[in-house]
Amino acid sequence: MENIIAVADLVKKFQSFVAVNAITFQVGKGEIFAFLGPNGAGKTTTIKMLTTLLQPTSGTITINNFDVVREKDNVRKSFGIVFQDPSLEDELTAEENMEFHGVLYNVPKHIRKQRIKELLTFVELWDRKNSLVKTFSGGMKRRLEIARGLLHHPKIFFLDEPTLGLDPQTRNHIWSYIKNLRDKEGITIFFTTHYMEEAQEMADRIAIMDHGKIMTIGTLPELLQATKTKSLEKAFLHLTGNEIRDEYASASERLKARPFMRGRMG
Amino acid sequence: MNAIYILWLRELKRYFRSRARMIGSLGQPVLFLLALGFGLGPVFQRAGQGNYFQFLAPGVMAMGILFTAIFAGIQVIWDKQFGFLKETLVAPVSRLNIMLGKTLGGATIAFIQGTVVFILAIIFGFRPDLTLLPLTLLFMLIIAIFFTALGISVASMLEDISGFQLIMNFLVQPLFFLSGALYPLTNLPSVLTTITSIDPLTYGVDGIRGSLTHTTHFGLGTDLGVLIILMFVVLSIGSYLFSKIEM
Repeated sequence: MENIIAVADLVKKFQSFVAVNAITFQVGKGEIFAFLGPNGAGKTTTIKMLTTLLQPTSGTITINNFDVVREKDNVRKSFGIVFQDPSLEDELTAEENMEFHGVLYNVPKHIRKQRIKELLTFVELWDRKNSLVKTFSGGMKRRLEIARGLLHHPKIFFLDEPTLGLDPQTRNHIWSYIKNLRDKEGITIFFTTHYMEEAQEMADRIAIMDHGKIMTIGTLPELLQATKTKSLEKAFLHLTGNEIRDEYASASERLKARPFMRGRMG
Repeated sequence: MNAIYILWLRELKRYFRSRARMIGSLGQPVLFLLALGFGLGPVFQRAGQGNYFQFLAPGVMAMGILFTAIFAGIQVIWDKQFGFLKETLVAPVSRLNIMLGKTLGGATIAFIQGTVVFILAIIFGFRPDLTLLPLTLLFMLIIAIFFTALGISVASMLEDISGFQLIMNFLVQPLFFLSGALYPLTNLPSVLTTITSIDPLTYGVDGIRGSLTHTTHFGLGTDLGVLIILMFVVLSIGSYLFSKIEM
């Protein structure tokens, strides 16, 4: 199988702290790839480097045959992403958020209109296209972000905990959209999650990361065999231990802990 | 070009949809015009300085622009924290264009704000000479761009909004109170003369006042020259700092 993501000896240091410690892995074209690990394992830092938001300290990343450091714009055109935290403009409508994305990605106008309708219908938000995003529930926002991330026909779709905090119905819907995408359009899916059953059911291959390193990578049967366990959850705990991980709060989490600040300017 | 346009449009839509923000930001200029303009008017007149309202109105116009522009620039911190900035930063658009789109959007809002204060001042009794109006508008636009870019520069360096109060008290307020917006620059204590002459807003106020009421301290040419140079300096610094943002 042809590789669409190739990572070699990737390192990211923050001062003396090594967040990602020389990882190497590949993802094949059209694969659904689960990227698991406890909090603070280095997953989000890795995704940020794969998506050009963070500069690697050393190592190489190739996305769709483009180098992430030297060919940023080609890399950026190649993927779509749904971030862990919502990244929509609340004061714009669903359609305006889509339009904003389409213009930024230079999708020609006639294709844009058609594609926006298609995608909003796909995530069942077409009848809400003129509502301001601030009136949307968490699940609706997530669906809109999925639609938006697909607008420019990406080859790879990154999903950082796409189902976090959603009810089982919404989670089910979201996974059926994602599966559909891979089956019909051959898009490569790269996702993280803390729900082991999602990875177990959806992923073709699974990587488990901890302390900045990849502990294991393979198909579900391979992982179960290597760890001599019966479920992904057991394999995960076997590899990463039972201790609770504390992660330093990011700036946005610190802010959300102070709700009175929210209304001040935003 | 399209990217700059859509970023500009987003700022404008946000502004026009938030009526509270529009009206709220007019409160302070109106208070200054009425309370100071009419309150200090008699003293000013007795000191032989003429009509205070005529003197003050251009200063308050500049104030309206200053506050709106800095706020619009600082908004980058909110974008950082509530995620929307990530959406723009992973798009195939250069950081320079993102910075320019945001700056022009914020500057347009600040310019509109300044114009509204201008109209309100006229309603309250301000009587400007409008022959140099295009020059007045140019001064307003330049300081709008300057202060929006300054706000973006500051926001690029800050992690979260806990530094917000710091910016208000140690940047925005001093910029305003140490400009010539509220008092004439002649016969000031020498320390104040020095400080006011390094405050960029001083040149903006002087330019607006000079083009509307023919009283200028530095001369319109100097005002314009200084502001254009400063504008390009801050735009360069701002786009450099903005390009260094990592999420």
